[in-house]
Amino acid sequence: MSWNRQHLLDIESLTADEIVTVLDTARAFKAVGERAIKKVPALRGRTVVNLFVEPSTRTRTSFELSEQRLSADIINFTAEASSLKKGETLKDTAKNLEALNIDFIIIRHSAAGAAHFLSRVLNAHVINAGDGAHEHPTQALLDAFTIRERKGKIEGLNVTILGDILFSRVARSNIWALTKLGAKVTLCGPATLVPRTFEAMGCRVTHHLDDAIRDADIIHLLRIQHERQRQTMFPSLNEYTQLFGLNKARLAQTKPDALIMHPGPVNRGVEIDSDIADSARSLILEQVTNGIAVRMAVLFLVNGGKGPQEIAAG
Amino acid sequence: MNSLLLSGGRVIDPANRLDSAADVLILDGKIAAVGSDASANAPRDIEKFDASGLVVCPGLIDLHVHLREPGQTQKETIATGTAAAARGGFTSLVVMPNTAPAIDNSGTVALIHERAAREGVVNVFVAGAITKNIAGEELAPIGGLKRAGVVAITDDGHCVQNNELMRRACEYAKMFDLPVMDHCQDYSLVTTGVMHEGRWSTSLGLQGWPSAGEEMIVARNILLAELTGAQVHCQHLSAAGSVALIREAKKRGVPISGEACPHHFTLTDAAIAGSEKFWAQDGKQIFGNRQFPEWPSYDTNFKMNPPLRSARDREAILEGLADGTIEILCSDHAPHCGFEKEVEFDYAPFGITGLENEFALSLMQLYHAKRLGLSDLITKYTTAPAKLLKLAKGTLSVGADADVTVFDPDREWVFEREATASKSFNNPFYGWPLKGRAVATIVTGKIVWAEKSDMVPA
Repeated sequence: MSWNRQHLLDIESLTADEIVTVLDTARAFKAVGERAIKKVPALRGRTVVNLFVEPSTRTRTSFELSEQRLSADIINFTAEASSLKKGETLKDTAKNLEALNIDFIIIRHSAAGAAHFLSRVLNAHVINAGDGAHEHPTQALLDAFTIRERKGKIEGLNVTILGDILFSRVARSNIWALTKLGAKVTLCGPATLVPRTFEAMGCRVTHHLDDAIRDADIIHLLRIQHERQRQTMFPSLNEYTQLFGLNKARLAQTKPDALIMHPGPVNRGVEIDSDIADSARSLILEQVTNGIAVRMAVLFLVNGGKGPQEIAAG
Repeated sequence: MNSLLLSGGRVIDPANRLDSAADVLILDGKIAAVGSDASANAPRDIEKFDASGLVVCPGLIDLHVHLREPGQTQKETIATGTAAAARGGFTSLVVMPNTAPAIDNSGTVALIHERAAREGVVNVFVAGAITKNIAGEELAPIGGLKRAGVVAITDDGHCVQNNELMRRACEYAKMFDLPVMDHCQDYSLVTTGVMHEGRWSTSLGLQGWPSAGEEMIVARNILLAELTGAQVHCQHLSAAGSVALIREAKKRGVPISGEACPHHFTLTDAAIAGSEKFWAQDGKQIFGNRQFPEWPSYDTNFKMNPPLRSARDREAILEGLADGTIEILCSDHAPHCGFEKEVEFDYAPFGITGLENEFALSLMQLYHAKRLGLSDLITKYTTAPAKLLKLAKGTLSVGADADVTVFDPDREWVFEREATASKSFNNPFYGWPLKGRAVATIVTGKIVWAEKSDMVPA
């Protein structure tokens, strides 16, 4: 058990031991979430700013609820309603918030490295809620938590991440988390969205779906962010679905206990058949539930909490 | 006035194939004698400079700098930029035309000449724009620019995308014997890239700027140089493929040339992942086991255009410099204000300063690394740019302007922010232990900067 970090900026710099500490702490918080009274006083008197420079509903809601369950005071801050729209720099915006004696900044931003940048210019704790195509560490932690809970372990599992890898911060954080915990990660999707340069991160790259999912224990689907992409990345959603969409016939080729994950929002009928998304093999809603426990654990640890033993006592 | 006797130094003057212990006599701002008759002919009361243990060479020329005048004087001015040049050992600069307004008319050229004469510490030459307002749409008045005294044309910072327009610019400039310099960047391939496309852009989640985006335009420029016969000069080369293309074209006699900047042949894209990642592998060869400077990931002082590339590209640039494919060294000195750089990596402007540390990095990576002899290195900062731009500079020939750089190739020093003369501090090399340094910079016989300030006459 170890955690001495002031911030959570990425998964890449975490050790396997630190990741396990988060997962174990999250397990204790999950038990708290199942009680009638779901609130603990761990962050009472602490102020958390949710600085969502890039729009988000799911992650912001999950953070907000996590903060509330830890009894923190919360300020929500979106780009549309802020001075960032008036040309204020991120540094100045954050410095102004800090001048209000806030304790945490949860930052979501479209530019990679934005959370790292803030951590250098602020004294407040910074938690990265997604920076451009770089990382989305709490998502990877909740995914790892979900896998561990269902499979009992992560080491030795074959995890396939399928879809738009190039633009995905979820993919990058998952690659780091899963490889550090001993899983074998395969990436699959069209060559334009899954370049070979990802091999340097310690995973296998293939452009053939059957090859990618045959031995998979976990199939992690990513949303095709068609609205973000230039037309040059692939010809059409229809062709994407034909080549890489997960359907019943393809699922039948996989291991019978292979499970399906998706960070949402799901494009039904594009990357996944609608009824598979709702099947017993889908962990999609469990991921959402676990997000609260994992984000509570991260806030708790970054605030100076030492590990799950403290929560069990409370 | 402006007379000086430099005694006891090792004089290296590539233009005259000279490399030997000699005195240099400067009278009235001109080189009067080099060698045994220098001290014999010196007036008895002449000011003397003891250059023993030092190298004396023609004043260094940097043909690629941004001094930001007119219009961007919050970043740099002719006064501060030329002071930085003097500190770095440079006696002549060529300023790029991407100012506000752009240098696309003779009036702006005249303004810079006039201001440089009044406020500049070193010689300032001007590059004019290829196209009006550097917009890449219509030719700038190239004939008028030539009459106003520009030494080359370029849309630097931008790249003429329209091949027909670039062809006409080459044909037209050739009438005036003006070299066409080009910042090589294919916009459709590079799109919104902010760093080299490769394993590091992948893990950092930053948009890649592929090498092919430069190589495509280098190839285009080779074809247009061949088609038109104009001298085309490819600026700040960064990619291995560019070096290979130019090497091959030169064998065929195509009038193509290239330049390289120390940051591209010292650093790699790994630096953007932070100092730890850089020193773990790509940086190993630079210092051995010395104390390594540190910096964080996403440091915008490592963002420039073209970007830092892979170790393989860096090696190719060094090889190109060693075998003569790339004949010119320069800085691409690009000052930006602190507040402009203190933003998210995506939003920071491209560019770093370089005038004060480029010579040391070149000495380290080329001379001390035994890739290039001292005379060949000096050539790339003197006779080579002078030849390309047809400047009466870069030589210690008797009768030439007495622009002289005195330097110690072995001097160890640390580049400090506090000692910077530039108005801006966007430089990734602060805190670096460097080797090799200018000791005195002399422009038309006058010491404009010296390491020991008592050497500079008040």
